[in-house]
Amino acid sequence: MHVIIELSYLLSSILFIFGIKKLGSPKTARQGNTYSALGMLLAIVVTLFDQHIVTYEWIIIGLVVGGAIGATMAIKVQMTGMPQMVGILNGFGGGASTLVAMSEYYKLMDPTRGFTHQDSVTIALSILIGAVTFTGSFIAFGKLQGFVTGKVVKYPGQHPLNAFLVLIVLAGTIYEVMFPGTEWLMLTLLSASLLLGVLLVLPIGGADMPVAISLLNSYSGLAASATGFVLGNNELIIAGALVGASGIILTLIMCRGMNRSLMNVLLGGWESAGSASTTAGGASDKPQGDVKSVDAQEAAMIFDAASSVVIVPGYGMAVAQAQHAIRDLTNLLEKKGIKVRFAIHPVAGRMPGHMNVLLAEANISYDKLYAMEDINDDFPNTDVALIIGANDVVNPAARHDQSSPIFGMPILNVDYAKTVIINKRSMNAGYAGIDNELFFYPNAFMYFGDAKDAVSKLNNEIKEL
Amino acid sequence: MVDILMQIYVFVLAIFVGFELITKVPPTLHTPLMSGSNAISGITIVGALLSAGAEQFTLSTILGLVAIIFATINVVGGFLVTDRMLKMFKKK
Repeated sequence: MHVIIELSYLLSSILFIFGIKKLGSPKTARQGNTYSALGMLLAIVVTLFDQHIVTYEWIIIGLVVGGAIGATMAIKVQMTGMPQMVGILNGFGGGASTLVAMSEYYKLMDPTRGFTHQDSVTIALSILIGAVTFTGSFIAFGKLQGFVTGKVVKYPGQHPLNAFLVLIVLAGTIYEVMFPGTEWLMLTLLSASLLLGVLLVLPIGGADMPVAISLLNSYSGLAASATGFVLGNNELIIAGALVGASGIILTLIMCRGMNRSLMNVLLGGWESAGSASTTAGGASDKPQGDVKSVDAQEAAMIFDAASSVVIVPGYGMAVAQAQHAIRDLTNLLEKKGIKVRFAIHPVAGRMPGHMNVLLAEANISYDKLYAMEDINDDFPNTDVALIIGANDVVNPAARHDQSSPIFGMPILNVDYAKTVIINKRSMNAGYAGIDNELFFYPNAFMYFGDAKDAVSKLNNEIKEL
Repeated sequence: MVDILMQIYVFVLAIFVGFELITKVPPTLHTPLMSGSNAISGITIVGALLSAGAEQFTLSTILGLVAIIFATINVVGGFLVTDRMLKMFKKK
């Protein structure tokens, strides 16, 4: 039986690998997800035949309760709430890893069992990663949902406090190796890890959430791997490593999209990059000139004269739930023979791929969605670039203004389009807290209003032309 | 000692496989990739089942039960919501 179980775990790992491989194309992605789900089902079913499992009541209760909660969440969640959903799922995964490690700890405290050094180290590691993922994810969820501040949080003694907590965890682990089964020590280690999760995510600002969510995603995988080390189970190690690698890659893509180091994001905000420039540049560097604005009718006329349009969505589109109105706009323009494409910046929204999911929800064909590097050279041949709820990612200062905190960040070159229409609620600065010189450009027009209302009004005007 | 070395082998090789696979996923699918891979990290459920199914009812079993609930939310919620998203990705 043991051999059959181990081989089934191998097969399940292979299903995970094929499942992720099939995520390489939107055509096969859904099938890939089914492969992964089958791999999981296989792993669960064969585990039930393990000789160590003798009672099933609790297992059935746990599966039914967890399954009902998970399914309800998955069915109810709105597409705009997807970052929160992924955040909270990361948290449950991390929490489960911690609980399994603790459960194993209490099993080994039984006088007939006893700890090896390896047990002590892997359990401590599993508790640490799992607990940080657990509380960190719930703080991230709170920030995205709006009941924890989305601002960058800084307080005196922040870094020494974090270092102190890491020290407690390290010392606790060493002590556990020397005196295994010291319960209060394990509980201290657990508390320090839980607190560390809160303190590590709290300083991260709202618009940096794509990085935080990706990193927590990676941690949830590494937590599963750590549990695999505790239990000596290769499948947990493999599956966890796959997810850990996935999260790290996404984290790096997000950091590159902002031209910032991971450290800079984790320590909170743009300040460390921008502090030098505020003294050097000062208020005199503010963009000067006139801002021109258009109403719906004027905007409609600009679109009517265009033959190619690129739409640039940002977090403002998600907040206003404007994706459906944008789909209608796309259809109207295409009916007039105008070519419409979407340009998506890697860090648009609150998680990797956030904009793509919302546009897919609105039934916009995925071959119209272009990544930044695939469309950036096309802006000079574009008649109208329409920006909806995006700001820093289209600020030309990133290209030429060395004193700007966002200097060097890759941006969408919308200013090269013949006309740029920027839909925004007001002239307020974006997340980086700097003015956008694009608004003052001669080819730029502001179109003020809530994204959904503004696009709907524009649609009505286009229909009447 | 041999055991843990073998496990480290497996871990490191799996990380490389992960890097190879994930770099081929296009940006448009990054959200489903996150939720789907997140569901895979719910594999901890295997450990949770072993904890909760032990013979005697102890603190260890209770922790296992909560772990099963958490991991099942992660697995079921993750795969279902990923499927919901991927269903919407259409080419016309």
